[in-house]
Amino acid sequence: MAQQESNTKLIWTVFGYLSAITIVEVALGIWKPHGLHYTNFLGTSLLNWIFIILTLVKAAGIMWYFMHMNHERKNFVNSIIIPLVILIPYLVTLLLIEGSYVHDSIAPFVNWKY
Amino acid sequence: MNATTVDQKTNVWEGGATRPLGASYGKMMMWFFILSDALTFAGFLAAYGFTRYKFIDIWPIADEVFTHFPFFHGNYPMYYVALMTFILIFSSVTMVLAVDAGHQMKKNKVITYMFLTIIGGLVFVGSQAWEWKNFINGEFGAVQLKDGKIIQFVNPEGKQIALEDFATPDNQTVEHTRKNGLWFEKGETTYEYTTNGLIEAFKHNPEVGGIRLEKLNPETKQKVVILDKNEALKFLEQSTRVVRGANLEVNEYGSSQFADFFFFITGFHGFHVCSGIALNIIIFINVLVGTYERRGHYEMVEKVGLYWHFVDLVWVFVFTFFYLV
Repeated sequence: MAQQESNTKLIWTVFGYLSAITIVEVALGIWKPHGLHYTNFLGTSLLNWIFIILTLVKAAGIMWYFMHMNHERKNFVNSIIIPLVILIPYLVTLLLIEGSYVHDSIAPFVNWKY
Repeated sequence: MNATTVDQKTNVWEGGATRPLGASYGKMMMWFFILSDALTFAGFLAAYGFTRYKFIDIWPIADEVFTHFPFFHGNYPMYYVALMTFILIFSSVTMVLAVDAGHQMKKNKVITYMFLTIIGGLVFVGSQAWEWKNFINGEFGAVQLKDGKIIQFVNPEGKQIALEDFATPDNQTVEHTRKNGLWFEKGETTYEYTTNGLIEAFKHNPEVGGIRLEKLNPETKQKVVILDKNEALKFLEQSTRVVRGANLEVNEYGSSQFADFFFFITGFHGFHVCSGIALNIIIFINVLVGTYERRGHYEMVEKVGLYWHFVDLVWVFVFTFFYLV
């Protein structure tokens, strides 16, 4: 294999971004801004949506730069990514909707008075 | 094409003559294994999401469960798990630096970075063990009612207090062990407190002001606190046992499913970290003895690196869904 140029600088830059995202997540998790925490958007609070989006950004950064997906051929990348982005949101959406439904069905029957 | 048979055979392992995906066989299969493993973890986390939505109004608050930090007493939610996340991301960085050094055939750099990666992995597993220890031992203690609900105790200001803050140990039962019980096989875990003793202490001790239910108030997203002692006693009269810490059957923080999923998913992830460390050590030894130097490329480091990054990737999601959301 031919010698490749070093990507050390890029690696440390990506590490910087991943750390910054983690710090933002932890800060938001401790602070819990009132306007974001006590809201509801598509079944959960806006704060949770921020966490989920930041997590997906982090995951994409790890896959793209650390796992060197940016060096792979496009059809190979698609053969990995497409099953994930189709199957996981599908499963999660169905299960969360069903979970809420089960909750709405059983919660009224739980006794909280003695 | 006039390639010899030998060349074609090696070509098959390099992805065939046309190499439709442009990746070697081994790397491609590592990616497809990662794909299937990612779907497995997604299934677990989706099941966690299902159960959490099913018990959305009684789910424990993670900030109140994981509050420990080594050498510091007090309430520090999130900091420890954030540190663990950094450790794992950092060991991912040293791994990718090892792969990078491998591309340039710098054996000594690969050795250094692989070594740091293994150390990072071991530190992470150790941290995870410490986190489990705190979770299993518990902090405050609680009682369980006949119908399975968990009741915690609070002081008159509504802040959670531990059993030893208001009650004195009154359970004199000697626990038999193999050492002193001839026919002893196994028994239930015994606690220093009995439910009757706790109820008596609850009636008379002014240190304890009320109880806290599992139930969340949807307005405040905090657990419901009952500061009226007579009201609280109606709950406590239903109590059947004292709970301290967490196991697969019951835990002091609330829904037993919470501990089940925590143990299972972080345990499965910890198992992946352990096997990742084992693979890293094997490859590390191969680098040391110069196997890849002779082979002419360090692709094995890259493949095991893919697995290691995947472990980090999963942790990013576990961190979000167990501690943040």
